[in-house]
Amino acid sequence: MNSSPAKPKPVQEIDSVTIRFAGDSGDGIQLTGGQFTNTTAFAGNDLSTLPDFPAEIRAPAGTLPGVSGFQIQFGSHEVLTPGDTPDVLVVMNPAALKANVRELAPGNVVILNTDAFTAQNLTKAGYPANPLEDGSLSSFRVIPIPLTGLTDNALQGMQLTRTQVDRCKNFFALGIMYWLYERPLEPTSNWIRKKFQKVPLIAEANAKALAAGHAYAETTEIFEHHYRISKAPIAPGRYRNITGNEATALGLVTASRLAQRSVFYGSYPITPASDILHELSKHKAFGVRTFQAEDEIAAVGAAIGASFGGLLAVTGTSGPGICLKSEAINLAVMLELPLVILNVQRGGPSTGLPTKTEQADLLQVLFGRNGESPAAIVAPATPGECFPLVIEACRIAMRYMTPVFFLSDGYLGNGSEPWKIPRLNELPDLRVEHPSDPKIFQPYARDPKTLARPWALPGTPGLEHRIGGLEKQSGTGNVSYDPENHDRMVRLRAEKIDGIARDIPPTPVLGPREGRVLVVGWGSTYGTITQAVKELQKSGEPVAAVHLRHLNPLPRDLGAILQKYDTVLVPEINMGQLLLLLRAKYMVPAVGFNKVRGQPLKVSEIHVKIQELLNRPPNERRSSHA
Amino acid sequence: MPDIPQAPADAASTPVNAALTRKDLVSDQTVRWCPGCGDYAILAQAQKAMPALGVPREKIVFISGIGCSSRFPYYMNTYGIHTIHGRAPALATGLKCARPDLQVWVVTGDGDGLSIGGNHLLHCIRRNVDLKILLFNNRIYGLTKGQASPTSELGKRTKSSPLGTIDRPVDPIRFALGSNATFVARTVDTDVEHLGRILERAARHKGTAFVEIFQNCIVFNDGAFKDVEERATRDDSGIKLEHGKPLIFGKGKNRGIRMNGLKPEVVTFEAGKPPADLFVHDEKAGSEVAYLLSQLCGPAYPWALGVLRAVEEPVYDEMMESQIRSASEDSISRDIDKLLAGADTWEVAVP
Repeated sequence: MNSSPAKPKPVQEIDSVTIRFAGDSGDGIQLTGGQFTNTTAFAGNDLSTLPDFPAEIRAPAGTLPGVSGFQIQFGSHEVLTPGDTPDVLVVMNPAALKANVRELAPGNVVILNTDAFTAQNLTKAGYPANPLEDGSLSSFRVIPIPLTGLTDNALQGMQLTRTQVDRCKNFFALGIMYWLYERPLEPTSNWIRKKFQKVPLIAEANAKALAAGHAYAETTEIFEHHYRISKAPIAPGRYRNITGNEATALGLVTASRLAQRSVFYGSYPITPASDILHELSKHKAFGVRTFQAEDEIAAVGAAIGASFGGLLAVTGTSGPGICLKSEAINLAVMLELPLVILNVQRGGPSTGLPTKTEQADLLQVLFGRNGESPAAIVAPATPGECFPLVIEACRIAMRYMTPVFFLSDGYLGNGSEPWKIPRLNELPDLRVEHPSDPKIFQPYARDPKTLARPWALPGTPGLEHRIGGLEKQSGTGNVSYDPENHDRMVRLRAEKIDGIARDIPPTPVLGPREGRVLVVGWGSTYGTITQAVKELQKSGEPVAAVHLRHLNPLPRDLGAILQKYDTVLVPEINMGQLLLLLRAKYMVPAVGFNKVRGQPLKVSEIHVKIQELLNRPPNERRSSHA
Repeated sequence: MPDIPQAPADAASTPVNAALTRKDLVSDQTVRWCPGCGDYAILAQAQKAMPALGVPREKIVFISGIGCSSRFPYYMNTYGIHTIHGRAPALATGLKCARPDLQVWVVTGDGDGLSIGGNHLLHCIRRNVDLKILLFNNRIYGLTKGQASPTSELGKRTKSSPLGTIDRPVDPIRFALGSNATFVARTVDTDVEHLGRILERAARHKGTAFVEIFQNCIVFNDGAFKDVEERATRDDSGIKLEHGKPLIFGKGKNRGIRMNGLKPEVVTFEAGKPPADLFVHDEKAGSEVAYLLSQLCGPAYPWALGVLRAVEEPVYDEMMESQIRSASEDSISRDIDKLLAGADTWEVAVP
């Protein structure tokens, strides 16, 4: 490498860019993406990320099943999604190229590690010929870089093994990308120093590779210029980067402080929810009691026991775990005890797609229990929103003495965004009272406002009582087989959950209060829908959007809102579950847009779908067919 | 307000147990077991044993699963939960970890505890959560009207096995020992004095106390443990283990157990003159010794009754509590603003 300083290269201003890093799951792709994300947040851009990794921990190196990816969109304006497809694809081997190349558009940039394009790796990836030589990449701007060799050169003279050198090449690549997008090196070099403080040699090697990659991009002729993306107009305040699972865990610790009672978290390891257990188990100083149970049933069972004892009880899992927990959740419905159930949804049915995202558990949590078994449901829209929404789940659970589902998903759980750090005094007071007077105590008496029963704690003299899964006599809570009483209790439990709607703020509408098309969404499709709708609004189209955070009960003003538009479009990563509910409940001729690929929806496809609805002749707009 | 909710401060306080009697533990619910069911005796003994333990009534919780035995909590005037099939140990574990100040009892049966709930029972025992587990064993499914249970004898004819069961039974004691239980005992519903004593021992044990209670089902499995229940035969069909004492049984106190290698052997001798090589019971020995004793099953041997094992080991809920206590001592680590900020933050200035 030539060390003579080159002339500074010209800078080109751009609004936003989408980059995807891809390589073997052992290549440190998630780590590289995470570092790029933190540095980009630090640089003041808005951003959104999508980690996409295989279910296998280490699939055979160099094969298609082993390809791990990390996509980030960042920009000088509001960024709502990780981007539909990458503008720049960085690939570490032929398999990563093969797995991602079909998503590229002509003119997109491909930065690739030529050293990995060996005959053996090409065979493993199933390439009959070398794509670098057969012209198949001619429509892209290919930037070939011998990453392995360059990293090796940069680390010459250090006492490192072959493998150790090889592991530094992702930092070399990161250095190149930092130069290309004018990112500072310091956040990552500081991180390296901290992370490898016990192995100074490795710390030095990684930091050296990072700096060498940066210098290489700056001095060699392969890049004509680099890019500048100005800071995004972000609300002032202190920020950090946060994933949905982190925000969920921190939300629970915060809810515990607001409620002044410890969290009990019962969980069994399951992708993609385990990170919540990992995060919470670090926070024993805040009184958090984590219990890694023998199975999903014990995890929820223990949480119910803890709730009886007066703690803020939570269980967390993904769809298959909900199947197992259903009977115990139904017990909590009957016992009328507070319980928060986190479901970080993944592709189903059965084991399905453990590391991919989906929204197909809505009807499961709403209806998947025997008997008339109402429970509340909330769903966050972005990774950062997991924080306030899990606090909302805790509030509803304790105020209404009920199980509450929190429907996150793989994309929200693992995806990240810059997050304005909240202040405790801006958050709701979650304290609730416990009864103590034996003279007026009845286990199944009801608060006239909320219809909640009293939360009497063991240890309170004179309030000794027994509860259980058998039907209760209204008031006394004694076992009752009386037909009229059962009917009354079924209705009371339903009314209690319906009544939560009085406690939900008015539904915000993005755009005109009436018009041609209203797009209704929930959960992680928020960014995609919002961006598509904003784009169309900019070009003057009469389209609006509503994004639901409360799915049971639905907001009281929703029915009236739906009536104000010719067509209601419901995009979901399922076969039309919210669609079914809206059509059944409000009898509106809503239409769905449904893709179940284990991936977030794309802005472009929502855009096209709305356009198609806008173009329909007026007499067809109220028809029920998409 | 503390992190762990305590009883409200203005609660009417009862003097510690001074006036607590058996009657105080009887709830206002009508007991609905079949006349002659062994559950009555167990309930009566539990109500009788509680006052002596010195635990205030409001600090006692009974948690059960599903089955005849699991109606138990409704009849105890303490706190209680009648949960779902097999899951009582899971709920009890959560409650005990949440509220170490409570004394938590689990009431289960052979079907509830060893079939549908076997996994929870195993893990509860191996964790050594401070719970008192009473497993009522009547070798039949009673509430569902008479199907074979996991403790039914091989070949037993029931409604679901008209030609006899082909399932080999599980021995609750061996199951508990195999799960590394720190306290394992067996008693019989009809021997109220022994039953009361075992309940008290279980209550005083720190950690999981597992008690198998032989119990008759008068409707679907009458005579389940006839030999060891009936006055005429019980002394020859059961042997009461006593810590540090040789294994002697029989109406005439003239029979004993010695070990021939790893096999127990019944020896007969002149009353009052036991041979020197009788096996001497040691509750605190390793679980392999208790496992040898678990071979004492009828009809080949007298049933081993009493405490087979009682040792002290670290207790799950105490360890959880101590991890939390030591983590909480550092007030900086309890700073929630710091927690929310995490390691890397940046400031977006007012433009």
